[in-house]
Amino acid sequence: MDARGRKGAPELIVNMIAWLADPAHWRGPEGVPAQMLLHLYYCVLSVGVAVVIAVPLGLYIGHTGRGGVFVVGVSNAMRALPTLGLVTALVMFLGLGVVPALAGLVILAVPAVLSGTHAGVRSVPTEAVDAARGMGMTPWQRLWQVELPNALPLLIGGVRSAMLQVVATAAVAAYVGLGGLGRILLGGLAVGEYDQMAVAALLIALLAVFLDGVLAALSRWVVPRGLVLANTATHDGS
Amino acid sequence: MIEELLKFFGSPSNREMVLDALAEHTYLSLVPLLLGFLVALPIGRLAQRVYWLRGMLLGAANVFYTIPSLALYVLIPGLFGWPLLSSNNVVIALTIYTAALLVRPTLDALESVPGHVTAAATAMGYRTGRSFLTVELPLAVPAIASGVRVASVSSISLVSLGALIGTGGLGKLFTDGFQRWYPAQVLIGIVLTVLLALVVDLLLVGLWRLITPWTRAGGRVLPS
Repeated sequence: MDARGRKGAPELIVNMIAWLADPAHWRGPEGVPAQMLLHLYYCVLSVGVAVVIAVPLGLYIGHTGRGGVFVVGVSNAMRALPTLGLVTALVMFLGLGVVPALAGLVILAVPAVLSGTHAGVRSVPTEAVDAARGMGMTPWQRLWQVELPNALPLLIGGVRSAMLQVVATAAVAAYVGLGGLGRILLGGLAVGEYDQMAVAALLIALLAVFLDGVLAALSRWVVPRGLVLANTATHDGS
Repeated sequence: MIEELLKFFGSPSNREMVLDALAEHTYLSLVPLLLGFLVALPIGRLAQRVYWLRGMLLGAANVFYTIPSLALYVLIPGLFGWPLLSSNNVVIALTIYTAALLVRPTLDALESVPGHVTAAATAMGYRTGRSFLTVELPLAVPAIASGVRVASVSSISLVSLGALIGTGGLGKLFTDGFQRWYPAQVLIGIVLTVLLALVVDLLLVGLWRLITPWTRAGGRVLPS
């Protein structure tokens, strides 16, 4: 299929606005709002499951200092796995459904969260951990009150990067029969409607920018104030 | 499973298809890696030298990094009026992605070159350009290298996403294998993608070792 017309940007923008202005594209379960919410749901769910798997693992490995090489190796190998291949293979072996499709997205999200958590815990200054130990904190207290808060900036950085990859890739869910913005994109491809594909691509991009902004705000909100002050102090000093 | 594989590779047309897909995948992932590096280098240098531009350049890199490659695969042909399946779309999208990813590591790497080394180069009469190419850039290579490795793995995995809209590479094995319900073909595609990432990574590591012999010369030259 041709990207219609070879006329470039102005025509593309006009056509996309025309597509968006059609009220039929906004109604019902196939409409833009419903599919966008579904896309968002897949992303938040997959990244959420990845966080539940990877954060405790990363904290444990960072806290004990054991298995760091293993984590880096496995994360890098997992990064190389192509999500589209993984999802199609999982669907062929496990059958159509939400679980195999989202499993592929979870596998995509785990490495970033794991290495972010691990790097976060490793970045905690040794003096802070030693001071906590000297104050008589138990290992659990050290983990919750010292290591985790100090690890948060890098940890959330890992979650942000995982979220970006998942939003960008969640269109594969539509390829194996689920919904989301990928459905609008692939639906456009199937009937040769380039404008519809372009709108879906734009919405995916906007969703990515929006979610990244939300996580950036979240990061500012949950990172302890003392840590922010300490960082700005060293930053200004350099 | 072994039987399936033998059957699959027994057919000359399958062998040809897999090799073509592998070659196309290699091209579509390595060309943007090189181009993205060449774009990120001057931007990183600019961000290092011109302090007031730094925030803007890093912000722009971050925004471009946020835009999903799949969205670019679809939007670039419309913006330029090209066919949807032109390989240029993938090359441009991944070049933008790689460049956006590498600006920050390049800046950090250049910043990590010790001040006394550049001062020594200046004292020896090196002009800025020569100091950059022969002193600062070589010393920055190890730190840039880790960024390039991340970018290469990501690009190789992102190329296959293009198969959703029909562009080439190993991703074709997934969509074609799914439509024909041929699990062996999908598994071959996954294995080849991972192997390609592994081989490229090993080659990159070898390349860095080759061009930075001093890092292995015993005694540490760079405080890292």
